[in-house]
Amino acid sequence: MIISLNRHRNIIDFALSSLMRRKMKNFSLLAVYTLIVFVIASLLFFVHALKREAALVLADSPDMVVQRLMAGRQDLIPAAYAEKIRSIPGVSTVTPRLWGYYYDPIFGANYTLMVPAKPTIEPGSILVGAEVSRNQRVGVGDMVAFRTSAHTPLLLTVKGIYPAASNLVAADLIIMSAADFQAMFNFPETLATDLAVTVANPREQATIAAKVVEALPDARPILKSEILRTYDSIFDWRGGMMVVILSAAVLSFVIFAWDKATGLSAEERREIGILKSIGWETADVLFLKFWEGIAISLSAFLLGGILAYGHVFFFSATLFEHALKGWAVLYPRFRLVPAVDGFHLTVLFFLTVLPYTAATIVPAWLAATTDPDAAMRS
Amino acid sequence: MRKSDQFLFFTAFIGILFVLMLLSSRLGQEAANAGLRERARLARELMLTDLCLFTEARYTRHPSMADLHSAFQDHPFSLEHFPSGSFISPPARYER
Amino acid sequence: MIELSHVTKSFNVGKSNQFTAVDDVSLAIEPGKLTILKGPSGSGKTTLLSLIGCMSRPSSGRIRLRGVRTAFLTTEEREGGFDISSLPERFLTEIRRTTFGFIFQQFNLIRGISALENVMLPAYPTLESHAAFQARAKELLRLFDISRHAASRVEWLSGGELQRVAIARALINDPAVIIADEPTAHLDSKLSREFMEIVATFKAQGKTVLIASHDPIAYDSQLADRVVEMRDGRTTADRPEP
Repeated sequence: MIISLNRHRNIIDFALSSLMRRKMKNFSLLAVYTLIVFVIASLLFFVHALKREAALVLADSPDMVVQRLMAGRQDLIPAAYAEKIRSIPGVSTVTPRLWGYYYDPIFGANYTLMVPAKPTIEPGSILVGAEVSRNQRVGVGDMVAFRTSAHTPLLLTVKGIYPAASNLVAADLIIMSAADFQAMFNFPETLATDLAVTVANPREQATIAAKVVEALPDARPILKSEILRTYDSIFDWRGGMMVVILSAAVLSFVIFAWDKATGLSAEERREIGILKSIGWETADVLFLKFWEGIAISLSAFLLGGILAYGHVFFFSATLFEHALKGWAVLYPRFRLVPAVDGFHLTVLFFLTVLPYTAATIVPAWLAATTDPDAAMRS
Repeated sequence: MRKSDQFLFFTAFIGILFVLMLLSSRLGQEAANAGLRERARLARELMLTDLCLFTEARYTRHPSMADLHSAFQDHPFSLEHFPSGSFISPPARYER
Repeated sequence: MIELSHVTKSFNVGKSNQFTAVDDVSLAIEPGKLTILKGPSGSGKTTLLSLIGCMSRPSSGRIRLRGVRTAFLTTEEREGGFDISSLPERFLTEIRRTTFGFIFQQFNLIRGISALENVMLPAYPTLESHAAFQARAKELLRLFDISRHAASRVEWLSGGELQRVAIARALINDPAVIIADEPTAHLDSKLSREFMEIVATFKAQGKTVLIASHDPIAYDSQLADRVVEMRDGRTTADRPEP
């Protein structure tokens, strides 16, 4: 065991010397390779952490949300609908939700306005998300001027700010009383944005949703499982940008693996011949190539993985920020809870380390089976 | 020190770092559970249905509440013009 | 003791360009002696050396080795000798590594790595400790007066230095037989004579030396115990030195 380890150490010595001969080439190869692993691993970590967050946070979202559709678009729902739904057996509560969007023309940002179900906030005051307070440069006690739909100003006082830790759900929220909300949008009191429905037995959700559609043909119920599924398929690997990034990374990898696989230079062939002639076995030559491949690919995998972890969980995926931010003025800054999927890492390992190492060994294997006297005859 | 030993030490070092990273992600989850519970409480009390990831368009701010054909909000052939729209898939199809 | 009986080596058998490089050669190489294969280029010397050095197998005939240390044979088998033409590749490699030291015409050093590492290369696949063969390699470099180039890449060395590195490499596993193919082809007369002096030390150590050459400095040397002349793949004359 120790003895064969010695032999491998010897072979590693030579493999490294051999790699160091083309220092620039191999270090840039390592850098590119690390970069590819870094980008892919960052994406995987980011997406996995977000999915996990969504699954845990939204587990407490309403069992069902009922919207009303008008001409193919969501419309306000009359309070009478709530009564009808409440009368369906199995429904425990129906709560009208009042919420909407507000575009601030001065700061150019979009906010989500929301009225809490329990009247926890008195008219004239608001609670804001951390990013809203940053964007508007307001603190607790400050007044914020809103423009109502009648173009008259509405002054509300900030009563509280959600901590930055809540950014993933509350960054752009402005919580206000129903009276202020209705005043702001000239919102009829008999209407709601949609209805949040709780169901006694979670297994009856689908049945109740069917009954809702039966009773109210223009209603569109959205189940909690559908909400969760939306977030499960969000950032799906098939998603636009993901495919672009992944395919670019994979393609560039394939190109250089192909380059390696096909390009065993005359010089390398000659070296394999020399090694065989001075008493290296075919297996030794293959181990040499194996270690050459591992030195690059395993280092790249481990380094890329570690860098990606730091990038996503300590630096909040700063490199993705611009793509995620898009045209938005208000971008929620959030620290993701570290979560790494072992399966993802395993797949990444098999997609990066193995093909590269194989691409290094296979051509050498073809060359190493030649007769050792080739070196003598050259 | 021999090159092979340097390599083996280096690989062992980053390997251990990698394993520590996996472990710290487990520990980090424990520590972050308080924050997570707070966010879940907020979602429950305000009856939130979505995460605040993108604020640029309705259908990316609240993807699960979006209109049926929300990827083509204005016109069936309109081109996607918000970058976030290319990140997320259309709302989940009905189970019913 | 190496015995060749009716050894023939043909290339491209069955094709239009078939040719026979070594044709029915029978030869006995005495241990501890310097044997020189003399002949023009293309006479089959190199092919014969590669056959003796276990680098290739003969098309027909037998090559027997006697008194060779190998891990895979019992003592009796070693003493009785064995036919290398029937051994599997793995055993041939081991024999090559432990029994033969090769000095090639083109030196066949690996470019881009240091002289010291080049010398140590044949010892890498062995089970010996790194420190031991590294010390031996340094000692060999010192012996050949090229210690100062130990860390230099081989392409920076002169022809004479290259050859001494190549000789040091041939000696790293302390082989019983040294095989040199046209060792003086790339050297001037002074360096060629120096090479023959090194060969003299091999003989003094009791090593069997086998040199293929068409250089008079080599084959007219007083050191040669036996000169075998080759032409067209056959041995034409056998001139034992007095």
